[in-house]
Amino acid sequence: MPSLGADMDHGKIVEWLVKPGDYVRRGDLVAVVDTDKTVMDIESFQEGVVAELLVGLNQTVPVGTPVARITQTPAEVPGPTPEAPPASVARPVAAVPPPAPAPVAPPVRHLAHRLGVDTDRIHGTGRLGAITRADVEHAAASRSDSARPAAGPVRRGRAEPDREESGRVRAAPRARRLAAELGVDLSTLDGTGPDGAVTVRDVQRAADTREVPGAPLAEPPAAPAAPEQGGQRQTVAEPPAQAQQAGTETPATDRTAALRRAIGSLMSRSKQTIPHYYLSATLDLRAAMDWMQHVNAQRPVAARLVPSALLLKAAALAARDVPEVNGFYVDDEFRPSPAVHLGVAVALRQGGLVAPALHDADTLTLDELMAQLRDLVGRARAGRLQRAEMADPTLTVTNLGDLGVDCVFGVIYPPQVALLGLGRVQEQPWAENGMLGVRYAVTATLSADHRVSDGLRGGRYLARIGELLQTPEEL
Amino acid sequence: MNEQDAREAVRAALRKVAPEVELDDVDGGARLRQDLELDSLDFLRLVEVIDTDTGVDIPERDYPAVATVDGLVGYLGSHG
Repeated sequence: MPSLGADMDHGKIVEWLVKPGDYVRRGDLVAVVDTDKTVMDIESFQEGVVAELLVGLNQTVPVGTPVARITQTPAEVPGPTPEAPPASVARPVAAVPPPAPAPVAPPVRHLAHRLGVDTDRIHGTGRLGAITRADVEHAAASRSDSARPAAGPVRRGRAEPDREESGRVRAAPRARRLAAELGVDLSTLDGTGPDGAVTVRDVQRAADTREVPGAPLAEPPAAPAAPEQGGQRQTVAEPPAQAQQAGTETPATDRTAALRRAIGSLMSRSKQTIPHYYLSATLDLRAAMDWMQHVNAQRPVAARLVPSALLLKAAALAARDVPEVNGFYVDDEFRPSPAVHLGVAVALRQGGLVAPALHDADTLTLDELMAQLRDLVGRARAGRLQRAEMADPTLTVTNLGDLGVDCVFGVIYPPQVALLGLGRVQEQPWAENGMLGVRYAVTATLSADHRVSDGLRGGRYLARIGELLQTPEEL
Repeated sequence: MNEQDAREAVRAALRKVAPEVELDDVDGGARLRQDLELDSLDFLRLVEVIDTDTGVDIPERDYPAVATVDGLVGYLGSHG
């Protein structure tokens, strides 16, 4: 059971997406887990064949509990198996998720395996870069069979030391629990306790020095808590699994309390450790709104844009120009992120928020961004998010404009270093060149980490968003 | 379409877009954004559902006219 957030200590399997005998690799979705906050798909952290499901449906287990056993040999897979690795090692799924590779559905994975195609080497043409059956077949067909030995599923470097192969890492229960909470993989630690057991101190040290998110073993807090209470909407469709279970194991009041505690603890940590500074700028949206209304007038409803899409795209592009707002503050230093994964705050029924990521928002066209935004918000409200979406945001945007709020001064979502707040898009009196007119405008606010940037750069970020919005056709 | 059909179409669309709203408690003058707490994406989906179900395509310039439940019913009545 992976930790899907710094505050998560248990999870319930509500659906298995694989069955014994299925071939999976790192990143494949294997199960649907209900946490106190949402329902999320979890990935396999290993490659191999599912030998056994260790946790039953609707069973709640602590974080760190092995949920399935994956046998690491393709030899048990029916069909031709090129270059089967010599050893057959069974081991539990590790507790720490690796970064997600291009998504591949288990059946496609299985096909790739059978054809001896390494999916790491092919470019996915499916949705979100997913590798499709056709991609695999194409790769298999275009390969010169004699020139190169058929590559089996190439195992990527395994960071885990050998000792894990022989069984569990020695660790005190408290250390084990803390590791799960902090998303630290026990098997990567050198224990300093008796007989090499991993201690609480070892785990804390590892958590403090680990890589930035995106690198192996990275696990930023994926708590749903976002910067402020309230949000776009207070209500959310109850996830089906949760609805069935409501009133039995996790009554709504417990969930609400747990969610409030999670938000409270994350926001306290933010306010205690991050020296916030706040800026506000009113952005001229005349060009952006004129362009959008013109475009929308020629489009069917399903293809229309909303102002949020333009604002998010401009926010993502501007983050490329002002990298000080995009990344993580880890281990006493700022690590800018090369990618812009924009966290989008979405309100939940209990009054909390989730802020899942629009991955690589700066590279999406407006139409792609719009489609992904609708998909993401819909799934967030239905309680169906993927782990990577919860863990990856490098900069969060909260948009309270739909509630009629003029501007929002948010709390940064650690370990991120900035939060962009957007108020209501509305017509305002606008003075320019000695003339007074009426224009659409929005108040954008930035809460930023003073350890990383100063008002000059923060102001530049807001101004850059405004500049980009003057040429909406180029967004 | 007559008012009865229009009202039923609006209720059906709201059930799809905002299933948590208790439609029986909703007043005709309720504002979709503020009172029913639909955000811009929900509203877009509502317009989309109505277009699919009734064939009435509400252009963006008419959005102010359909800001309330009754406004939307009236719009469908005169355009559908």
